[in-house]
Amino acid sequence: MTERLYLFTRFERFWHWSQAALIITLLFSGFAIHGSHALLDFRTAVEVHEMAAWLLIALWIFAIFWHFTTGQWKQYIPTLTNIQRVTLYYAHGIFTGAPHPYKVTRKRKHNPLQRIAYLGVLVLINPLIWVSGLFYLFWGRLEAHVPDWLGLEQVATVHTFAAFLMLIFLIVHVYLTTTGHTPLAHIRAMITGWEGRD
Amino acid sequence: MTILRRGSAWLLYLALLVPVSLLAATADHSQFKALQRPFASGEDVTRACLRCHTEAAKQVMATRHWTWDYTNPDTGQRLGKKTMLNGFCIGDRSNEAFCQSCHVGYGWKDASFDFSDESKVDCLACHNTGNYVKLAGLAGHPPLVRTETSPGSGKFAEPVDLAAVARNIGVTSRRTCGTCHYYGGGGDGVKHGDLDSSLNDPPRSLDIHMSSDGPDFSCSTCHVADQHKIAGSRISVTAADPHAPILRGERSARNPSTCQSCHGERPHKASVVHASRLNDHTRTLACQTCHIPTFARGGVPTKMAWDWSTVGRLDSEGKPFLTRNAKGHVIYDSRKGDFVLGEDVVPNYVWFDGTVTYVQPDTRIDPSSRVPINVFHGTAGAANARIWPVKTFHSRQPYDRVHMTLLVPHTAIPDDTALWYNFDWAKALQAGADATGAPYSGQYGFVDTSMLWPITHMVAPKEQALDCAQCHSSQSRLAAVPGIWLPGKERNSLLDTLGFSLAGLALLGVLVHGLLRIVAHQRRRRY
Repeated sequence: MTERLYLFTRFERFWHWSQAALIITLLFSGFAIHGSHALLDFRTAVEVHEMAAWLLIALWIFAIFWHFTTGQWKQYIPTLTNIQRVTLYYAHGIFTGAPHPYKVTRKRKHNPLQRIAYLGVLVLINPLIWVSGLFYLFWGRLEAHVPDWLGLEQVATVHTFAAFLMLIFLIVHVYLTTTGHTPLAHIRAMITGWEGRD
Repeated sequence: MTILRRGSAWLLYLALLVPVSLLAATADHSQFKALQRPFASGEDVTRACLRCHTEAAKQVMATRHWTWDYTNPDTGQRLGKKTMLNGFCIGDRSNEAFCQSCHVGYGWKDASFDFSDESKVDCLACHNTGNYVKLAGLAGHPPLVRTETSPGSGKFAEPVDLAAVARNIGVTSRRTCGTCHYYGGGGDGVKHGDLDSSLNDPPRSLDIHMSSDGPDFSCSTCHVADQHKIAGSRISVTAADPHAPILRGERSARNPSTCQSCHGERPHKASVVHASRLNDHTRTLACQTCHIPTFARGGVPTKMAWDWSTVGRLDSEGKPFLTRNAKGHVIYDSRKGDFVLGEDVVPNYVWFDGTVTYVQPDTRIDPSSRVPINVFHGTAGAANARIWPVKTFHSRQPYDRVHMTLLVPHTAIPDDTALWYNFDWAKALQAGADATGAPYSGQYGFVDTSMLWPITHMVAPKEQALDCAQCHSSQSRLAAVPGIWLPGKERNSLLDTLGFSLAGLALLGVLVHGLLRIVAHQRRRRY
């Protein structure tokens, strides 16, 4: 018998999917600028990248505002409680058909591994991308005011490093969406807001 | 529109236009009494000019067009055509009667020329509106009798009607400036690469400013003259001009012939995103770098290399000969050696702050490697330097093996010592040394040299400007320019390897994990 839970509000879903689209666009156009592929010409890649970056910045500002006004920021408070059991589940229990050890509720939407991963995105990857990206974007005007050891090369290296972290996060994140009680359960929840439970 | 109506529209247009062009100046020289007579010589014309334009000769005499002599205030070097050396015809002295066909004076044939004689100033050279020529060999005089253009050429120039030229005097034009500046180095387009006769009536694609489909600029629109002193010079270049445009009427000490003096330093307007990105480039790049995609695009080839050491090959009858390429352009001349020509040439790029130093007649050179006749200075990334397009010209030319100096040969004036008539380097170099006063050991060899020419004309319309990938790619045009880091051109290969490896491992990891889940699921179902 399946119990249903309204887990993700309309704003969360909008935020999630527009962020996903923008980050994929940014990764794709960013690696074109970087020269890793030639599926976009340089000028188009730069323009797409810059426009998507502005949209993402706007979205993030809005999302940060939302998280603080709704108290949802608490979802990312890291915890070590039960982390071993959750890890063990993904390493073993998932193959034996064991139930997920973590019970999701509206107050605790993320299991301990998710919390750490999302917190990593929020406090490590995003700030790296923001700061290096804004330096990159305004380099023409900043160059004269930064110390000599900081060149565009260093800024670009940090930005690329953060992009690789985001790419790795994206790969693992997309895979883990298939680990619900059915392969599409999590994805469906992120679309409709309703999560089914065993 | 009927033919009649179209015709009357044209008539109306002409009726409106003709008086305007006549009234552009306040004087119609064809009506001047002082010009209603025949003139015996150029000097005679000049004396007539100076009766009204009392200061004109003094003004001209204060400029490099007259002195061919210039001390660069930045470097203290004595420059100017009088003493400078180059890789083309090498030097002026001993060849004055030939070279001075481009001097704004009459009769400078040797060191005895009187630089203070105002009647020797040639007003017509710059202010004629047609039918005025000065032939090489006449020391700056126009032909006043029917004259063979060069000895033995069989081509003749008709005498110039000085009175007719004087009565049709006008402002300078692309053609009058080009008469000398297009033909430097002995032929059309030879020296500069961005200045040749194709600019007399350029299509829009060749020069957006000078095209009659555009604003139809003459040279003096940018190279503004004040008291005959003309702004802008390749031997003291304004390489960076990071300022707003000069307002009409504004008193400014700035060079009016820079791009920025009209366009300012943030000139791109198109789309918001793209324009600001392009404008940020003006701190690093000269406008010319993107807006002159190639030089010598007008159908006139420019010389890219000249090998003097092969002078003197003769045909089976012992006569000098010319070899032409498929397009009919000379690539070997017994008198001058081998040439490499270029059309539609992609420039080289260098950091340039406007300071140029030159090998001087007494500079000791090192013949073991290619000798740079001039060096463009500029520190990578410096506020006063920009990346500029240049033409790199290569030559192989004579030098003194003992004194280690470049030598000036006597070439062009038909006599027993002239290289072009006797093919004897020993005699030609001795005669050249006698004229320049340079010490000469009598032992000569040939040395490879290079010379840079700033590319600044032939500005293309914006749709022909370089696209981003011309520089932001692994085949970057700026590959040889030091001290820059370009997205798309450079990347950290260690980070790339590491990043893509880890991403690949992550992908592999989740795929294996997923596969194991499927296998485990199948097995559970079976039992």
